[in-house]
Order: sequence, then C-alpha cells, then structure tokens
Amino acid sequence: MTGWSGLDRFLQTDPRDVGCEQAMQLLHVYVDLVLDHLTSAEAARRYPGVAAHFAACGPCNDDYEGLLIAAGASRP
Amino acid sequence: MTECRRLDVESAAWLRDLGSTGAQREDALVRLHELLLRIARGELGRRSARQRQVTGPELDDLAHQAAADALLAITAKLGQFRGESRFTTWAYRFVILEVSTKLGRHFWQRPTVALAAEDWDRLPDRFGMSPDEQAQWHGLVVALRQAVDQELTERQRLVFAAIVLHGVPLDALVIELGSTRNAIYKTMFDARRKLRAALAAKGYLSAGDPGEVTTDIGTGRRT
Repeated sequence: MTGWSGLDRFLQTDPRDVGCEQAMQLLHVYVDLVLDHLTSAEAARRYPGVAAHFAACGPCNDDYEGLLIAAGASRP
Repeated sequence: MTECRRLDVESAAWLRDLGSTGAQREDALVRLHELLLRIARGELGRRSARQRQVTGPELDDLAHQAAADALLAITAKLGQFRGESRFTTWAYRFVILEVSTKLGRHFWQRPTVALAAEDWDRLPDRFGMSPDEQAQWHGLVVALRQAVDQELTERQRLVFAAIVLHGVPLDALVIELGSTRNAIYKTMFDARRKLRAALAAKGYLSAGDPGEVTTDIGTGRRT
C-alpha cells in the first residue's frame, strides 16, 4: 500500500455506516451471529451498516474483536 | 430490528441466579466477577501488546476497575437483557466497553499532545508516504492541507488534527473533549467526506465508490 492509497482509503466513507452508537447496541448480537455461523458473512448480511462501521471505525472494531475473542473462548 | 433467541440453559441459569437473593445471588456475582476480571485482563493485554499503553501492576489495576464497573452496570441493567444473544456475550460487552473507556482516560495521564497545534510534518509518516516519493505526494498533501483549512469547520479541524496528525486514540479524544465516541466519529466522518470531495474536485482522488471501506480511525494505529 502506498501513502497515496492509504490516504485514499482513509477518506472513503460508506453511506451504510450506522455509526458507533448503533453498532455498539448491536455488538453482542452481531458477535453471537458470527460465532453461531463460524463466519461474519451472515452477520454482515443481516446488519450491513454495522459491518460497514466495523470496517471503518478502529475503536469499535477493537471492541468487536475483543468481544469475539472473549465470547468465543467461552463456547463449548 | 433484532430477534430474541430461545434462551439457552446457561443463560437461563445466570438470569435465575442473579435474579435470586441471598447466597445463590452472591455466588453468581462472585462467579461473574471472576469471568469479567479474566476478560478484562485478557483484553487489556491484547490491546497493550499493540499500543504499549499500560503494563504491569497498572494494567491489573485497570482490569479490576473495568471488571467492577462492568459488574455494577450488568446488575443494574439485568432487566434490559432481552435474550438477543447469550447472556455471557451480552455481559462481556460491558467489560470490553469499560476497557476502552479506561484506556481512553489512561492516555491523558501522560499527555504529549497539544490539541490546538497542527503538526503536518507527521502526515506523510502517518500514511506511510516515503521521502523517496515526495515528488509524487507533495502536491496531494498541499491540497489536503488547503482543504482542511478551507472546507472544515473549526471542530472538524480540531478532531482531524488530533486523530490524524497527532495519532490521539478516538476514545482518548472523547474524554478530553467531554464528548461521545459516536459524536467524534460523526465529526470525522463528515470531515473525511468533505476532504475527499475537495481532493476529487482537484483531480487527486476519485469521487469515491462506497464499496469496501477499510479504514482505521482513531486507535492510534497506522493504516
């Protein structure tokens, strides 16, 4: 990735992006869907705006990854 | 719109025990606190390995604070659990969010950033622009700076400078500005859209296809 493409990506915005508040309200639901289906495809299909947000927001994606690890570890 | 799942056995047991009284409830609180503490430690360790913000006893202290605050929030909001996920997934969310907030606060214990300043020299490094390629990106950076000055509001400039030029984590900026993560993100979202339009108008970037977006805003990490 060149610096130019890095800036290009940084300035891209997705109109489906639901923002932090809504993404965090659905975080546990989204994570369980990912764990139930062993892939994020179904969760992203049901909640495209949340998937778009996690792709763009570092802090919310950090929370998503953290919860995925925590909840995944407690699954039988 | 979310759907309620059929409550699994483990979730039902947590609700029963936490909703009871006496020794049964106390035992459930102790067990839940142990789980939350373990997750807080793990999550702080995961993030600290990358950001090197907190280590040693300080990390363990933050883990205890996050677990205790999460437990309080969970017991206060137990009636709001609607069975949309497993109980533990719902409960763990509280401790993960507490970890984020506590790390955001912790950032300012060693403040090294003057928010009002704009350090444009850091921008090329922030986006991995090589000095060898300066001839290629110099015009883009000049145009970006001009767009920041001319197109953004004062608030958007402040947020842009903090996150992009100084690498302040978004959650730390939330604390400093007394705002919310959602509000800061929205400010940055609007700023990014304006800047892209300005750079596209000058032929530096395309107008933008909203397809796959993979950006990293506000963790202090480099993209």
